[in-house]
Amino acid sequence: MTNTNGQQGATMTSMERVLTTLGHQEPDRVPLFLLVTMHGAKELGLSIQEYFSKAEYVVEGQLRLREKYQHDCLNPFFYAAMETEAFGAETIWFKDGPPNSGSLIIRSEKDIRTLQVPEIEDSCLNKVLDAIRSLKKVAKDEVPILGVVLSPFSLPVMQMGFAAYIELMYEQPKLFHQLIEVNQEFCVRWANAQVQAGATAICYFDPLTSPSMTAPGVHLETGFRIAKETLTQIESPTAVHLASGRTLSIVENVIATGTAVLGISAMEDLAEVKAVCRNRITMLGNLNGIEMCRWTPQQAEEKVKEAIKKAGAGGGFILSDNHGEIPWQVSDEILLAISEAAHQWGKYPIRDL
Amino acid sequence: MISEDNEVVEFVEKLIEIDRLGAEQIFNAVREQRNMSQTVDHLILPALERIGQGWEDGSIALAQVYMSSRICEELMTLIPFPEPPAQAQHTEHARMAIAVLDDYHLLGKIIVSSCLRASGYTFYDYGRVTAQELANKIQEDSIDIILISALMFRSALQIKELKRLLDQAGSLTHIVVGGAPFRFDSLLWQEVGADAVGTNATEAVAIITSYMKQRSQT
Repeated sequence: MTNTNGQQGATMTSMERVLTTLGHQEPDRVPLFLLVTMHGAKELGLSIQEYFSKAEYVVEGQLRLREKYQHDCLNPFFYAAMETEAFGAETIWFKDGPPNSGSLIIRSEKDIRTLQVPEIEDSCLNKVLDAIRSLKKVAKDEVPILGVVLSPFSLPVMQMGFAAYIELMYEQPKLFHQLIEVNQEFCVRWANAQVQAGATAICYFDPLTSPSMTAPGVHLETGFRIAKETLTQIESPTAVHLASGRTLSIVENVIATGTAVLGISAMEDLAEVKAVCRNRITMLGNLNGIEMCRWTPQQAEEKVKEAIKKAGAGGGFILSDNHGEIPWQVSDEILLAISEAAHQWGKYPIRDL
Repeated sequence: MISEDNEVVEFVEKLIEIDRLGAEQIFNAVREQRNMSQTVDHLILPALERIGQGWEDGSIALAQVYMSSRICEELMTLIPFPEPPAQAQHTEHARMAIAVLDDYHLLGKIIVSSCLRASGYTFYDYGRVTAQELANKIQEDSIDIILISALMFRSALQIKELKRLLDQAGSLTHIVVGGAPFRFDSLLWQEVGADAVGTNATEAVAIITSYMKQRSQT
């Protein structure tokens, strides 16, 4: 059977499936978010740089990828360095991976004091809004469209370099807060522009709030305060993603921000995290994107089965990778194997796997 | 007088609280009783090792690892000029360098560099280079050990190309790698042709110390 959502054998649209799992009920099968970005360039036969130069390429890429892998979202995320590009930084392109932010826009205290929030519509970010608008026309309300923002607390890593930022955090708290204020205003404006363009939800990437990255006194008192303040101003449901960082010790803090979804690290046991998250917050994860590059299709199937077995029962689980972006090097064969396994083994009620 | 183990425990506490003055007081107290080499071996290295283990088990955050290594590096600069750096003899045996391959994330390299300096090692810092540039520099400077830090997966994969270029040139340079991609895939270091992997900065120092010992015995 093919429903209006175009997926073979499905009894729910992707949106219904995702909303059901977010409500901690079991949908027809475990939703699958294959967070592919650069793979769209392969589909269109373009370089990564060329692919991200036009909104229509990303729209076409995302639609082809969803058709191919039959997964449950559209992910018009371009690249993380685009946010610093909007602030005036240079972007460095590679042929086989995501671009990096090449030049630092903050090199002195004065740069922080004079930092201005960029105009969203007049910047490179407008391409993302165009892509979201176009995808919304096609997806209507049947497929979730994910918007993405970097947290105000994590963005400075690209604005000024990690080492200088850590020193700022510990040694110049006043200046640190001044930087966070600018970033927070930008983050909220950028998130809400995506929501107004048609994004269903916003994924708030915040690696620095992970206990792997900043000390308890910092990530508990500062990172979560900023997250809570920021997330409450975003006009859509949100997901918090620590981009591979461990989550178990901070689940309660994440729940307190009011977010609906938490990205889980590949370094964590899904069953252990599920025990804390059950009926409280939906888990997104946690297939290992780096190991995925050398998996065989059989290994991919086993990993999918294992994840579903540990976290699928009762809903509240979206199968995905652990980082929020699948590496360029992961082959179509493996992505197809993941998709097929999710469709085969993810049907509710979950069988004994 | 507090025991040696307590000294290390207290020193670690001061470091992870980013209490520079507190760390300096303990450092100075130990220095009054020991020479520089002993201070490194009995205070700095065990403290950095504990912090590295804390990073491994998730009890210590990366920002604390970074600040601790910077404080230790700063403390080493307080040593009066005439005293030679601890373990300086190692540099007579092997030439070392550190680099990142086409990666704009430098924190790992900075942490490892600080730990190496705090442990008394000297080395070349090549910064951010391509595989071809790094192969050339290794040849020009007759490097015995090259340390490569990677955050981006594509950067980790560049090590394959470096290995190919070094093999082509007949180089026997020992390649030691570390960084996030190697933490997420325990077999990746072998796949890219490295000789060893360090999961944290103190492991990198331990690998070098072990390599130096092996070299001095041959």
